[in-house]
Amino acid sequence: MTNTHRLSHLDQLESEAIYILREVAAQFERPALLFSGGKDSICLVHLALKAFRPGKFPFPLVHIDTGHNFDEALKFRDELADTIGEKLIVRYVQDSIDQGKAVEEKGKFPSRNAIQAVTLLDTIAEFKFDACIGGARRDEEKARAKERIFSVRDEFGSWDPKLQRPELWNIYNGKIHVGENVRVFPISNWTELDVWEYIRKENIGLPSLYFSHKREIVWREDLVFPVSKFISLDNTDKVETRTVRFRTVGDMTCTAAVESEANSVDDIIREIQISRTTERGSRLDDKRSEAAMEDRKKGGYF
Amino acid sequence: MDILRFITAGSVDDGKSTLIGRLLYDSKSIFQDQMEAIERAGQVNGQINLALLTDGLKAEREQGITIDVAYKYFSTPKRKFIIADAPGHVQYTRNMVTGASNSDLAIILIDARKGVIEQTYRHSYIVSLLRLPYVVVCVNKMDLVDFSEEVFLNIKQQYLEFAKDLDLKSIHFLPISALNGDNVVDTSPSMPWWKGKSLLHFLEEIEIHTEEESPAPRFPVQNVIRPQTTEYHDYRGYAGQIRSGHFTVGDSITVLPSGLTSKIKAIDSFDGPLTTAYAPMSITIRLEDEIDVSRGDMLVVTGKEPKISQDLEAYICWMDQKVLTPGSKYLLRQTTNAVKASIRSLEFRVETSTHEKKEQTSLGLNEIGKVTIRTAKPVAYDPYSKIRGTGSFILVDEGTNQTVAAGMLL
Repeated sequence: MTNTHRLSHLDQLESEAIYILREVAAQFERPALLFSGGKDSICLVHLALKAFRPGKFPFPLVHIDTGHNFDEALKFRDELADTIGEKLIVRYVQDSIDQGKAVEEKGKFPSRNAIQAVTLLDTIAEFKFDACIGGARRDEEKARAKERIFSVRDEFGSWDPKLQRPELWNIYNGKIHVGENVRVFPISNWTELDVWEYIRKENIGLPSLYFSHKREIVWREDLVFPVSKFISLDNTDKVETRTVRFRTVGDMTCTAAVESEANSVDDIIREIQISRTTERGSRLDDKRSEAAMEDRKKGGYF
Repeated sequence: MDILRFITAGSVDDGKSTLIGRLLYDSKSIFQDQMEAIERAGQVNGQINLALLTDGLKAEREQGITIDVAYKYFSTPKRKFIIADAPGHVQYTRNMVTGASNSDLAIILIDARKGVIEQTYRHSYIVSLLRLPYVVVCVNKMDLVDFSEEVFLNIKQQYLEFAKDLDLKSIHFLPISALNGDNVVDTSPSMPWWKGKSLLHFLEEIEIHTEEESPAPRFPVQNVIRPQTTEYHDYRGYAGQIRSGHFTVGDSITVLPSGLTSKIKAIDSFDGPLTTAYAPMSITIRLEDEIDVSRGDMLVVTGKEPKISQDLEAYICWMDQKVLTPGSKYLLRQTTNAVKASIRSLEFRVETSTHEKKEQTSLGLNEIGKVTIRTAKPVAYDPYSKIRGTGSFILVDEGTNQTVAAGMLL
């Protein structure tokens, strides 16, 4: 039997993601889309355009700014929100630190990754968000591979991997008690390669960080780290200029670059196809322990 | 390229996680940093422990068992694969049902030394109940029975005997060793008597049936898009995902449950208008007449209506600690519709390992039974055996908000 109307894998994934976004719009009173200016959340914004245009988004874009972000990502974030005419809410980890709610890490590799959860939970409380849409994918990390598409979090934002709701067919249960919230992951079933192939197919713009450029770096635990005002250098650190790009974009303190000449989406797709390391292999925050991600999620992290 | 979604089922220690690890490893879908991480974690019988790739939770690694479904991804030039690695323990049956509900195919693992056991029956029953079109029975650990063809054929015979009472459309058998990789990605020199394909080759070639060619077009409405801007002053679009069949501009439409009729004026997508749209596309439909349509309604092509009733018969898998008792009320969610429902009666419970139907007054965690349900409003549906997308439902406990049952309408 030949089937002429079979959707390609990207069309199937796109349709599934649009369906999930529309379920969020229908099932929740006050949802939000967490938007950092990274490639995955940029794809989410693109999918939301597909889900709700010619109407407006039924949710604002929300960014929890750690204060350690790349300027390129922040600029892109503001420009995109402006171009599509949707509301952007930014809340700052620095404010949580100043208020004494979060404590900055010490040591050689301090990261604001974990305390981001404090500001996120405060923001959820401030706006009474009942659902937060995020661009996490199950292929990123083994604890994420276990998470449902609708992931119920308690009033502390905590994830209990042993007590997840069964999630059957594509019937999502977004019913929660006051104070709880649901983290929703519309691109759970996408891989890094799917994201890039989708970016190519849809001609989606990205911050320049993802493409090869020259940058001052230092080596940290075999990883290429961008020199910035947020990392403390000592006399063991040797600053070099290398041609690099970022495969994943988080804080400047925990996101490593990869040496790369890939200058176009086509180049990047070829590079990922032959890569022997995972995307999160360049994230120092995941290398802290075998259960780093699981532990952060139990603490309210995305 | 298309997508094949499959589940792996089997008892504890039948080697499900190892098989998935082997598929990923031999298809070169494991990355160096992941390998280094599992190599650091130590070896089992002189081999790296591939199961560590899928057991993503601390508690799973501590106990060496799979508690919840893990989703894993890999692709070959022919196909993208989504694997639901489901737990084998009876106490996590509901998580297996979760994984099976979204799968096109089930791999059932049998330990060659043990043959068909109770969990094989249970899992096969669930796969049959959830109507996965394909079952691949992998007789694993062939290395521990000297790669004996006789052992393989005996197990095959035993399984077929049991499966003749089940509604399994297509059953295939494969002798493998997940630990060593025999017949997983490459065919094995240790089993020259095996003339079939390797598992991966089989998964790449098998034809997937979808509901896009169904003669019954179904479109549950998710949201109503009303921009109310100057440019789109009168725009009123019904957003949703086509569950089965296709819709074309000009089609006569009946809205259910109201029964109102109209015609399709336009099919919109962000990329421009479409003339025809197929399952499972997410689109927006506009109708010629201003009629009352809201979330939970279903648009169908006039003359191809589904069943519509307030009295439903269904098989359910119970998923909550608190037992089901007739008379209890729940929220029933089917497609985008949510309606209050009460369980009228429990006709019987199925003993999944023997298919025996037992009269019972309540249904406990992980048990399967047949019920009759009365809903507060009419529900438009198809039998699950015809269209999974409109014949499936969940029950939600309105006190705890938990999903307490998965249901399949008759």
